[in-house]
Formats: sequence, C-alpha cells, structure tokens
Amino acid sequence: MSPHHVVISGIGLVSSLGEGPDAHWRKLAQPGLEPVLEAARFSPYTVHPLPEIDWNLQIAKRGDQRQMETWQRLGTYAAGMALDDAGIKGNDELCTTMDMVVAAGGGERDEAVDADILAASESRNDRDVLLNEKLTTELRPTLFLAQLSNLLAGNISIVHKVTGSSRTFMGEEGAGVAAVETAAARIRSGQSTHILVGGAFQTEHSDMLLGYELAGYLHRGPWKPVWQRQGAEGGGVVTGSGGAFLVLEQREHAISRGRKIYAELGPVVSGRAKRRQGELDAEIAALLRQAALPNGELLTISGASGAHAATAAEKSVFGANPAIAARGFSTLTGHMKEAQFPFAVALAALAVERKAAYPAFDAATEKPFNGVPRTVLATAIGYHQFEGLALVNAAD
Amino acid sequence: MANLNDHMGRPIVAVTGIGVVTSLGVGKADNWAALTAGKSGIHPITRFPVDHLNTRISGMVDFLPSSSKGASLLTYELAETAAQEAVAEAGLNSGDFGGPLFLASPPVELDWSERFSLYNSDKHDIGAERLLRVARGLKELDVFETTQFGSIADRLADRFGTRGLPITLSTACASGATSIQLGVEAIRRGECDRALSIGADGSATAEALIRFSLLSALSTHNDIPEKASKPFSKDRDGFVLAEGSGALVLESLEAALARGATILGILRGCGEKADDFHRTRSKPDGSPAIAAVRAALADAGLSEDEIDYVNAHGTSTPENDKMEHLSLSTVFGERIGSMPISSNKSMIGHTLSAAGAVEAAFSLMTMRESVIPPTINYDNPDPAIVLDVVPNKKRNAEVGTVLSNSFGFGGQNTCLVMAREPV
Repeated sequence: MSPHHVVISGIGLVSSLGEGPDAHWRKLAQPGLEPVLEAARFSPYTVHPLPEIDWNLQIAKRGDQRQMETWQRLGTYAAGMALDDAGIKGNDELCTTMDMVVAAGGGERDEAVDADILAASESRNDRDVLLNEKLTTELRPTLFLAQLSNLLAGNISIVHKVTGSSRTFMGEEGAGVAAVETAAARIRSGQSTHILVGGAFQTEHSDMLLGYELAGYLHRGPWKPVWQRQGAEGGGVVTGSGGAFLVLEQREHAISRGRKIYAELGPVVSGRAKRRQGELDAEIAALLRQAALPNGELLTISGASGAHAATAAEKSVFGANPAIAARGFSTLTGHMKEAQFPFAVALAALAVERKAAYPAFDAATEKPFNGVPRTVLATAIGYHQFEGLALVNAAD
Repeated sequence: MANLNDHMGRPIVAVTGIGVVTSLGVGKADNWAALTAGKSGIHPITRFPVDHLNTRISGMVDFLPSSSKGASLLTYELAETAAQEAVAEAGLNSGDFGGPLFLASPPVELDWSERFSLYNSDKHDIGAERLLRVARGLKELDVFETTQFGSIADRLADRFGTRGLPITLSTACASGATSIQLGVEAIRRGECDRALSIGADGSATAEALIRFSLLSALSTHNDIPEKASKPFSKDRDGFVLAEGSGALVLESLEAALARGATILGILRGCGEKADDFHRTRSKPDGSPAIAAVRAALADAGLSEDEIDYVNAHGTSTPENDKMEHLSLSTVFGERIGSMPISSNKSMIGHTLSAAGAVEAAFSLMTMRESVIPPTINYDNPDPAIVLDVVPNKKRNAEVGTVLSNSFGFGGQNTCLVMAREPV
C-alpha cells in the first residue's frame, strides 16, 4: 500500500502580532518588526499579550463563550479560522468525518479564590479543612470544565461540529509535536482523510507563568531576542499568548475538493533526549539526519523557547550546519508551549506558499536567506523535555 | 499457521501482558479474586478531612507508598506498578521495552499542599506574586515536575526503556481506552512491533472531589460505602470517585508468536465518535455513542451477533446508564435483554483516566477465566433499563468476544472490541 501524501490546506493563527495567516505574513515579512510586549502586568516577567479579538467571529453563541475561559476560547477561535481557511467550516459532511488531535495543557484556575485561600492559610493550621470550606463555597461549578485539558477539543466539537474523533495530547511542546506526527501518520496510512490539529496557550495568568518558574525558566529584566538571552537574568523564556491550528489533509482529498494547498508536510520526527546526561545536542543532530534535509540553504522556523540549555543546544547544532538559516519566531510571539510546534509548521507552510523567506527576526544573530524556500524546516525543542521537527515542502 | 493479518489486511494486535491496580489491591490475582467474589473497594475517605463535603467515600488507592504524596507521584506509582506486572508477564526486559509508550493520565496541577508550603515560606507580597517569587528561588525540580504534563510519561520512559517521545493523552473518562487505541494503531501502521499502553489515575484530591461534586456527578450515599456504586439501579445517584491503573503490552501477533509469547487476548477493534451536543451530557438520541460502538464492531470485522459480553462504562450516574442502555439497545436490538452486560465500576468505582485500561484488563481476564464479574448492588433494578447486568453474583460463561465502552466529558466516546482467540 503506497502511503498517502499529507498536505496543509488550512491555517488558523493567533498571536500578539494579530490573527490569521495573512496578517502574520504581512507582519513577519517586515524587516526589523518590533515585538508587542507587556512588561508591567506580570513584572518582572515580560509577556507577549493577546491582540484584541472579537470572539463572535468564530464562536457565535455567547452561551458557548461563557462556558470557556480565555485558553479554550483562543483555541476554539484559532481552530475555527483553520476550518474556515480550508473551506470545511459549516460543511456537515466534512466536519462529522473530520478527526481531531489537540495539544493541550490545562485551563485557568480562579486566581481570586486561590489567593483568598492562600491568604487565609497564613492564620490557619487546619489547611485541609480550610480548603474544603472555601472550595465548596467559592468555586464556580462549571469552571472545572473550562480547566479540563480535553475540553478544548470538546468545545471545538460543540462550536464547530468536528466529530469524527477527538483526542487530546498533553505534555508541553512535545504534545504539539506528537499531535502533528500522529495526525500525519494517520493520513499517510489511510486511517484518516482530514484532521484538525493544533493547540493554544494563554500565558496571561499567573499559574501559566508558575508552570515555568517553578524551575526558574522565565527570563527577567529587559526583553531580548530569543537567541540573546544566555547570561541574562532568569531562565531565558519569554512567553506569549497564541494559538495555531492546521488542517492536514490527504492530498487527493484536498485536490478533489479543489482547495488551495499551502504546502506538503514531509517527515515529522520526534525524540526524547536524556538531557541530564547531555544528550540533547546529539539528539537534535540525529533528528536532523532522520528527517533527511535537502541539499542547499535551508530556511528553518525554529520554535526555540529561549530556555538557556535547550536553546544553546539548538543554536550549536544549527551553527554546525551552515546551510541552516534559522528564524526564531519566539522573538516576536513569545513561547506558546503546546501551540509552539503547530505554529512553527504553519509559518513554514506560509513561507513555502508565498515562495519567500522571512527576513531575520533578530538581525544581529540570524543570517539572511536569499533564495525561494521550497523546503522549510520547523522545529520545537522543548524548554524542559521532548523535541521534534518537520520538513514542509512546496506542494507542486 | 495462524493468520497474522486481520480482515483489513492489517497486523493483528495481541495482548501479551496485563497489569492492574485498583482499590481492591495490587495485581491481577488479588483484583480478580475480589472482583469475582463481588467485593467492593469503596470505603470512607481518610486521605484528607471530609468536613464540608457532601461525598465522603471513594475508591482511592490508599495502600501504596505514594498514596499520600500527591496526584503526580501516586499516578506515576500506579502506572509503574501496573506496567511492571504487564511487562513481566509478557516476558520482556523491564528496562528495555523497545516500543512506544502511550499514557492516559489526569491533567496535572500544582497540589494544594505544595501551594500552601510555597506560600507560607515567604512573607513578601500576596497571592500569585508571592508564589512566583518563591518559585524562582527553588533549587530542586521535584515540585516543578509535578506540574509538567509530560513528566510522568518521561519518568516511565526512563524506567521501562520505551522508545521515542512518549505520548500522554487525555480523553477524560475514555482516556484509558484511547491509550490502547493509539497502541493498536501504531502497530497496525507498522511503526512498531509492540507498544505499552497505560491508563493511570491517582488524582482523587479534595479539589477533584469537590469539582465533580459541584457538577452533581458523585454519589452521596455515604452511609454504606460499598453500596454506593450501583450501576443500572433505580436509586443510582452518581459515580464514586476512584483511583487505579491498567497496563497492556500490545504486540503484533506475528512478533508475539515469533518470540514464543503467550497470547492473552486480541485487540480486534477500536471505534470512536465525538459528541457535539454538550460539555457533560450526551446527545439525547445517543447517536455518538451508537456510532462509536458500531465503529468498533466494523473495525473488528464483527457483527452485533458476534459480541458475547459487554463490559459497560456503567458509571452509576443517572445520565450515563440511561444513555448507555439506549445506545446498546439501539445497536444490539432485541438481543440486548439476554446478553450479559456488567459494570466493574460497581466494585471499583470510576477510575477516570484509568478506567478504559483497567476495564480492558478485566475484559481480557473475563475471557481467559470464563467468568463474568457481576454488577453488584443491583437490588433495585431501574425498570427503564432492562438488561442482564449479571446481578450481584459472578457467572461462569464461555466468553469469546467483549465490547468495552468508555464515555467521557467533552463528548468523548471510545469503544474497544477484544477477542480471546486470533480469529
């Protein structure tokens, strides 16, 4: 059985730069683009905040919007954009047969309730009883559903009627890598014809920062581009709110619908380096070999987080491969955790489709790329664990 | 020579190792003895105070070293214990498994005990600001790792020497079944000869209990804990929160036979269908669950008449049991009144992310032992649900095929079809 080819036929993107593939292309194609930063709200941490979003555009019912917190709304919104872009939204037959793999973390806790409990804990020794007392009376019952990891997918089913199947992968950047890898494998093997895959991350919530900072991963002090944070105060990661969804489709299926194809998704490879044993550089190099890079200059959309060790490893492997012209998009969007890899693949597909490279996002570090990119590499090396990359090829 | 490919030309997937932990005990032997004796593992909560709680019972696993150490460590230990049993039974090297890992586990959060301890170790600032200040001064990664969704699988991958990037997944209460489905699919695609699928859940914290309670999902029959979970009964009033783990070693039949492994059963088919009706309720016509059952049968290449027994999702909530009955009677027609359908949850409660894997393990044992575990606490049948639930006492029966259902919040419906023999 000859494997089916996988193409990208829809893209939905949201970041501090705006929303939609066109808006992202327009912004990112400008040399010297300044990032959108919010340095005060979570000081000493800087974040890339969400842009103004009219949720009604993708989530028609106010009742649905109310059932979600921002993370789920953001993902549902980006998923709707991808479905629209692929001409699938509102098409019952395509939606009910569409598979879905979502990369998700958890949703937002109620910060006020938590702060109240913590404050009370200073003067109480029976903290477990305190917890019962407060949580039973102060928690909003439906908030639980807004926090559950698989309820982003659940909301996409409810709002956009995608119901072929629904799976949620967890595990930071690795979840995004595995989601794309599994979705592609399902299409190649004929198990699926069209899949919605992606994720979202809403960083403007203290718990989402805490998830990094318990290991000291966040960059502090003045903002710097992603490749230039070694030695600066903090751990190097600047986060951003955003989301990225892709419609992956069997090539024949997309062609038979007469759809625009952004790009073909080539090999997707993933790994789990034993980082404490210093294996990360070797693992990234091995993944590059496994992906079988083409000859010549290679535009590379890097999901580097800025985390000191992981980003240094990626930079060093790229440095040893002079063909690679990296673009670390976290400089402009911040790190979007589970959405990081789908976002990288989306930007790679855009460059292939527009037949043009992005200018350097950090002119001091990134080298120019002068040709027409027919193959683009997308990477996500986890800030703490797991790594993956993919090649995105011109569709013709 | 056995046929090595299924009706669609894909490699047949065999089970060569099974492991399980529930509130009934560690391992298949203890669990099976209790399950077939109709014994309940539901008991009063002792892990935390129950002041102000409407539900004061659960099926928590209280007898492991990590039982009081928080959701992340307990979930790891549950997963590790079940996987160790499964890998050992399969006769594989327990440090060099050599195939991928699929872990169904609960979403993680910073435990309250850690929140309290971090918060009260400093006096500056208040609320989240103080937590962040303390966090960045921590010298150890232990607390951090309990908040990373991929960390339990990462540790398991180290422990068992699984291959590649481990997948951690959640499809809510269908997660365990999904972990098996992912393993089956990877083998069918030829990506690997074997896979380790685990469902584990040690997340029965006070906050988890309160959250489910606020959604009115839990039984409040606290007085006689072992009687609280009563699937398909008229007076059922919610599920009983529980913990546990199930692990399966899945192998292509060809690879399993080639190394002389004992075949414990066959994973014949998997089916799924998402529901777009509501976040916690099923579409009133049951069509997504019906579609999931039918998809699993079609994937298995079996007709409705060829299923001998149903291992029900059977949570004991008013909604689930009614909808499960509707779905099954739609698929199986008149036969539904006479085919055995039992719920393990009547004895072990609802093990959430682990349930699909735990119940797959018990389904496989049902076939191997030719004994169907009962649905206990079936004293007051719901007249609207006419089923042979194998009431209260185990039944000896030849069972060649099982359908195991898993349904979850967020419109998740996943069904597995298992068989005793390859063809």
